[in-house]
Amino acid sequence: MSTLIARTRRSFATHWYAWAMVLPVVVVLAVLVGYPLGRGVYLSFTDANEANIGRVIGDFEVPASYSFVGLDNYWHILSGQEGSFYPRLGWTLAWTASCVFLHYTIGLGLALMLNRRLKGRSVYRVLLILPWAVPAFVAAFAWKLMYNTNNGVLNALLGKVGVGPVDWLGDPFVQKLSVIAVNTWLGVPFMMVAILGGLQSIPRELYEAAEMDGASPWQRFRNVTLPGLRPVSSTIVLLGTIWTFNMFPIIFLVIGQAGGTESEILVTYAYRLAFQGVRDYAGSATYGIVILSLLLVFSVFYRGMLKRQEAAQ
Amino acid sequence: MTTPQAPDRAATPRRAGTTGASAAPRRPRGREERSRAASLALHSALIAATVIALFPIVFIVLVSIRGENGWTHPMEMEGFTLSNYTHVLGGTEFLTWMLNSVVIAGGTMLVGVLISASAGYALSRMRFPGHAPLMWTFLVCQMFPVAVLIVPLYNILGALGLLDSYGGLIITYCSVSVPFCAWMLKGYFDTIPTEIDESGRVDGLSPFGTFWRLVVPLARPGLAVTAFYTFLTAWGEVAFATQFMSSETKYTLAVGLQTFVGPHRAEWGLMTASSVLIMVPAALLFFFAQRHLVAGLTAGGTKG
Repeated sequence: MSTLIARTRRSFATHWYAWAMVLPVVVVLAVLVGYPLGRGVYLSFTDANEANIGRVIGDFEVPASYSFVGLDNYWHILSGQEGSFYPRLGWTLAWTASCVFLHYTIGLGLALMLNRRLKGRSVYRVLLILPWAVPAFVAAFAWKLMYNTNNGVLNALLGKVGVGPVDWLGDPFVQKLSVIAVNTWLGVPFMMVAILGGLQSIPRELYEAAEMDGASPWQRFRNVTLPGLRPVSSTIVLLGTIWTFNMFPIIFLVIGQAGGTESEILVTYAYRLAFQGVRDYAGSATYGIVILSLLLVFSVFYRGMLKRQEAAQ
Repeated sequence: MTTPQAPDRAATPRRAGTTGASAAPRRPRGREERSRAASLALHSALIAATVIALFPIVFIVLVSIRGENGWTHPMEMEGFTLSNYTHVLGGTEFLTWMLNSVVIAGGTMLVGVLISASAGYALSRMRFPGHAPLMWTFLVCQMFPVAVLIVPLYNILGALGLLDSYGGLIITYCSVSVPFCAWMLKGYFDTIPTEIDESGRVDGLSPFGTFWRLVVPLARPGLAVTAFYTFLTAWGEVAFATQFMSSETKYTLAVGLQTFVGPHRAEWGLMTASSVLIMVPAALLFFFAQRHLVAGLTAGGTKG
């Protein structure tokens, strides 16, 4: 016991400076993230909704009357009783996978092209980055207008080449392709710039050495470029996956807030649970915790995979 | 600016090729020399990509200058007028929303960067118990779906009387931006040589003094980039703003624009004009910041 105290004291003496410097952030995180998170977890174990949450109306204080229901909410969602969880999870996964795949491959392709010596390189670069400067909500509205069935520019263009109008935002399947297109348009520039940075940090000597050894362009790409990009790639793919999984504005604003469509992802659905109709705070919180858990499991798995890959090299 | 990427490296001609040319009569074709057909393909692909990248932006600009009903005939190129702009600026709350967005995003930016700079420095330079969990926490904070925090924050802000106020939304956005700032700044501080700190310590500065007097001035570009990124995140946020700001004079741009294209009637003319007004300053800022943005962002991750 006394050794423990002594050790703590010694540790404090060495590290108090570092701790003091991270303290503000820790406090902010504890208050702004930790406490709401704890409360969110708690709400997910109750049947709280708009009617029983307790609030102040004028001078009257309505006490909270919701009760603890244990794992009921989780069981309700995960057993499939609620009905929409698994189809929505499937679509959310498909949405994330296709968006991140398209972001990464198109971004990589453009970065490889821009990394070559060519005329007008910096002009291409600036123009290709521009979508990144467009806030997501502006992009969502712009595309929604382009997708307009009767007056949209996309259908007008299709009409010119003799193709009939497409119901971009009506048909469930086309609607999904439409939102993926918007998000891809919006997300590629970030990946492109990040990969371009990664490409330029790969030492030239490696390519020259590979060329001496007679490596073909494809072999150079596989054995020099891809491994050299790994540090950048692993970060942007992880962040991109998390961001896309939780991508709120595109789905919410392009599809509209009426809801009830198949193209809603888990996040927008959970949001609607909390703020539409009888506000189901408990159900929404439960969805939130489930989403967070999925992402946590994914990150742990993903990081573990990267570590194993590094170890195998 | 000590970013790891030298942006124009690929543009410098390869030394090996030129010396090889003087030594050998027949120079082998270098990696970056292409046949005419390959060049053509490369340029066509890039032009196609550029057209796709620019199309929605150009389209919005064109629609915005064609009056109230210009959007119904997207292919026509006539009837140009600035009436949408005068209407947006004179007849709607657009400027109020713009101001609200600036105040809220600016507030978030200030608080976020101020609080997280010292933490980023400590994480970059010192190894202490709690180091790894804290980095991990920052990453996890990126994963919070809007649905986890929004209900508790809504209730808490309600209890504190902070709904529909600047402060409430700034506090909310700090929950997103502080971990992200700290993460990015840690990466940036990692690119500043530790010799600078050591010389500061030799001169008798405390760790905090070293940070404040030597490292912060050097890290100014990194701080600026982080600030800019935080600003943009808050600027474009939709979910929290939509629920937390209930009176029209407190709307941010992201909320206000939704009122133009409601379910019952859509005033696309106003919407497109507002979009252009929002995009222009953002695009200009972006033009200057983009190169550094990614350097800061990826540095945070790769060395985490």
